[in-house]
Amino acid sequence: MTDWPILSLVTFLPLAGAVFILAVNGDEASVARNARWAALWTSLVVFVVSLPLWFAFDRTNAGFQFVERSVWIPGYGIGYHMGVDGISAPFILLSTFLTPLCILASWHVQTRVREYMVAFLVLETFMVGTFASLDLLLFYVFFEAVLIPMFLIIGVWGGKRRVYAAFKFFLYTLAGSVLMLVAMLAIYWQTETTNIVELLDYDFPAPMQTWLWLAFFASFAVKVPMWPVHTWLPDAHVEAPTAGSVILAGVLLKMGGYGLIRFSVPMFPAASELFTPLVFTLSIVAVIYTSLVALVQEDIKKLIAYSSVAHMGFVTLGIFAGTRQGVEGAMFQMISHGIVSGALFLCVGVIYDRLHTREIARYGGLVHRMPAYATVFMVFTMASVGLPGTSGFVGEFLVLTGTFEASTWAAALASTGVILGAAYMLYLYRRVIFGKLVHADLQTMPDLSLREKLVFAPLIVGTLWLGIQPQPVLNMLGPSVQNIVDRYDVAREQNRLNSHAQAAEQRQ
Amino acid sequence: MTDLYFSAALPELLLAFSGLALLMLGVFMGPNSTRLVSWLAVAVLLVASVLALTPEASRTTAFSGLFVADPFASFAKVLAFLATAATILMGLEFNRREGFDRFEYPVLMIFAALGMSMMVSANDLMSLYMGLELQSLSLYVLAAFRRDSVKATEAGLKYFVLGALSSGLYLYGASLIYGFSGTTNFETLAASMIDQAGAVPLGAMFGIVFVSAALAFKISAAPFHMWTPDVYEGAPTPVTAFFAAAPKIAAIALFARVLVEPFGPLAKDWQQIVVFIAIASMLIGAFAAIAQTNIKRLMAYSSIGHIGYALVGLSAGDETGVRGVLVYMAIYLAMNLTAFAAILCMKREGKMVETIADLAGLARTQPLVAAALAIAMFSMAGIPPLAGFFGKLYVFLAAVSAGLYALAVIGVLASVVSAYYYLRIVKIMYFDAPVGAGFDRGLDAGPAAVLGAGAAFTLLFFAWPAPLVGAASVAAAALFGG
Repeated sequence: MTDWPILSLVTFLPLAGAVFILAVNGDEASVARNARWAALWTSLVVFVVSLPLWFAFDRTNAGFQFVERSVWIPGYGIGYHMGVDGISAPFILLSTFLTPLCILASWHVQTRVREYMVAFLVLETFMVGTFASLDLLLFYVFFEAVLIPMFLIIGVWGGKRRVYAAFKFFLYTLAGSVLMLVAMLAIYWQTETTNIVELLDYDFPAPMQTWLWLAFFASFAVKVPMWPVHTWLPDAHVEAPTAGSVILAGVLLKMGGYGLIRFSVPMFPAASELFTPLVFTLSIVAVIYTSLVALVQEDIKKLIAYSSVAHMGFVTLGIFAGTRQGVEGAMFQMISHGIVSGALFLCVGVIYDRLHTREIARYGGLVHRMPAYATVFMVFTMASVGLPGTSGFVGEFLVLTGTFEASTWAAALASTGVILGAAYMLYLYRRVIFGKLVHADLQTMPDLSLREKLVFAPLIVGTLWLGIQPQPVLNMLGPSVQNIVDRYDVAREQNRLNSHAQAAEQRQ
Repeated sequence: MTDLYFSAALPELLLAFSGLALLMLGVFMGPNSTRLVSWLAVAVLLVASVLALTPEASRTTAFSGLFVADPFASFAKVLAFLATAATILMGLEFNRREGFDRFEYPVLMIFAALGMSMMVSANDLMSLYMGLELQSLSLYVLAAFRRDSVKATEAGLKYFVLGALSSGLYLYGASLIYGFSGTTNFETLAASMIDQAGAVPLGAMFGIVFVSAALAFKISAAPFHMWTPDVYEGAPTPVTAFFAAAPKIAAIALFARVLVEPFGPLAKDWQQIVVFIAIASMLIGAFAAIAQTNIKRLMAYSSIGHIGYALVGLSAGDETGVRGVLVYMAIYLAMNLTAFAAILCMKREGKMVETIADLAGLARTQPLVAAALAIAMFSMAGIPPLAGFFGKLYVFLAAVSAGLYALAVIGVLASVVSAYYYLRIVKIMYFDAPVGAGFDRGLDAGPAAVLGAGAAFTLLFFAWPAPLVGAASVAAAALFGG
């Protein structure tokens, strides 16, 4: 089994499904039906194929596993190089786990079904490829390519202001990433390689690190997104179709966090230390400010979008705390947020499909008509708040523990975000679910259908399992995170010695 | 040096003789011969590309050092010939429908191709001028080929007047260079440009500036780009497609050769000129295209921008840079021909339409054309994994290796701006509802073939970039090895 090129299979199998769907012929109704089933089966098979990444993963190995290599662009030393470690494997599993649910949740899409399914499968290829790449250029290709299907998903199947949102999403992210491209080229000429494994062991000169760090940060900060470059996210989320929001919140944002853990911290430790106060400040502003903004939203999706920014603020905080708990917490928070915020967008999707509005004021008292829905929504609200026993708690707790070690003030300020988070989520829940059922059109709203229950069941299981038994996932992350933290510590120590030596020289 | 060495110039000889023969054929057979002449012209161009490919072991000069055949010239020639052949095919049905299917059209194309071929193989300021003029005169006529159209005539006249001006600039520059160095031959120029003190005479420097300005005009780089949008809009669409493809490749290859071979020792001096032109072109291409409503004008600004990117590679002034230029131009060719093939499909009830708004809802009425055009647009915006990204990658790679970070940063930021208008076309095709009945069904065979081939190349280039990059490496090495 280990001889199989599992990563390539997981990456390119969705593409094969997409080609198959494109080849389907017939009248519109049958094409739509076939496209749905083909997409669902493809994504399920991809998920099964990706399972060895969980079961056959060597949890004692901090290095890269399932490595595949071949020549891609000869003469430049740029290779097709795939592999995973404890940091990338969970994201691949997250992507393959969420995609079938998204396709199932989009069963009712009626317009241009074939293209819709193709877009999602292509998107899956690019997402998995991003996390599996061990070559800088390959990473960039996948990282950027994600924009194309997502642009189309928002623009074609989105809401009223979809064009504006799609352009904003595309241009914001592109503007951030092109600077990273220039930095990558500079790295290439400095080191003569694009192999990420080798680059992780390369010590860049400190002045160069600053520039490279800034260029990479421009890209990842937009993707995460960090305050103040987060403004594309609420627009994109609000206008995207439900499944698009799920993937956006569940996986695309994680690419930013992944990039920070994979590149910024281990490759540019001196610059990371230098900019830690900046990141802390931006993260705390994100946590507090966007939580407050979330509190006053009238639109459910916008509220959850702002809550995403706040939650991702915890992630960046944890990453730059530079402690094991912090980074592990950031990783865990991202995985948890991937499931929980995805599920929350699906919850919004359920009622949006019935009433075609996302205005909070148009709902209320849903618990009377839709008890199952109220329960499901409750589980994810609690997970988002960070109730112990749900996945949200583990991530936030670890991040705050890790940050406390690095900066007491940052941890103290960030923990107010936990309280604010409870405030806006519970306030939302009360307004939508509780109260009297006053609006006439809510009287006839049906509860969750079997298909919707099927979508939510795995997500609930995932949330509770991660919350009650986080150890298997933490074991998976552990060695790789430890590796990064150790390297970061060594580099910081070295940096300190250097600056002492310099200071001593200057005194003489 | 008295050796004429005809075999080095086989493709050119073939083109010259078959151009004349096809002209006679057309004259004697009358107006019905257009189809035959066109197909023969395509065949001749294909044979000429094969001849250009035949390995000339290395650098061979002919006609007493006026002409040079090397892998660099071969690379540019093959691209230019293929582009010419593709545009002849694209124009076949269009010209017939629009009522100007005259046999002179393919013949003029052949002569233009011959001119380009002479340009890229020029080894002397004089032979360069001959190639340049042969190409330009053919292009002037082609621009005004639809005689009854006011716009086309205006385009032709404008192109001619401004083109004549640039030829004048070139000749003035060349005479200055000759005056100060005493030679026009590229091989001897390099050595004689610098005086005993190791400095460049001011007059010769002026000459270089004039020559650069003239060549910048031919590649429509800013600030010598003003003619481009009007000519692109006015000329018949297949001719516009031709203008945007083959002559650009020939002119930029020529530009590279002139800068690297005779003026190679002065790289530090001309580098700043090229950097300026590159930045100006990228910015003009990015910002001016935003407000366009006519798709051909938009493509004109887009091509100005693309030339800017190609010049980013050239401004590095080394082998990596020239390789970047060649890869970029090859990919540019594919994207551009795809886009123009799609534009040729834009006809409603038998009449051609040209505004961007006419593309509304194309994804629903003609999904395949829309997909191909979308691929071309995303590729031009430089989004991976499409070919356009790799083109940009290679030129920026060269710029960064030469330490031109500011240029690279301006370049990538300009590419974000230009992404806006490329995306706008995708938006109109995919997000907007169709107006009316959409375009006429049934594509012409020529554009359809170019559309399919170009889109497939653009989409799949990433899978196997080695052949093109390898050929470009050999070509670039030849320019510096000789």
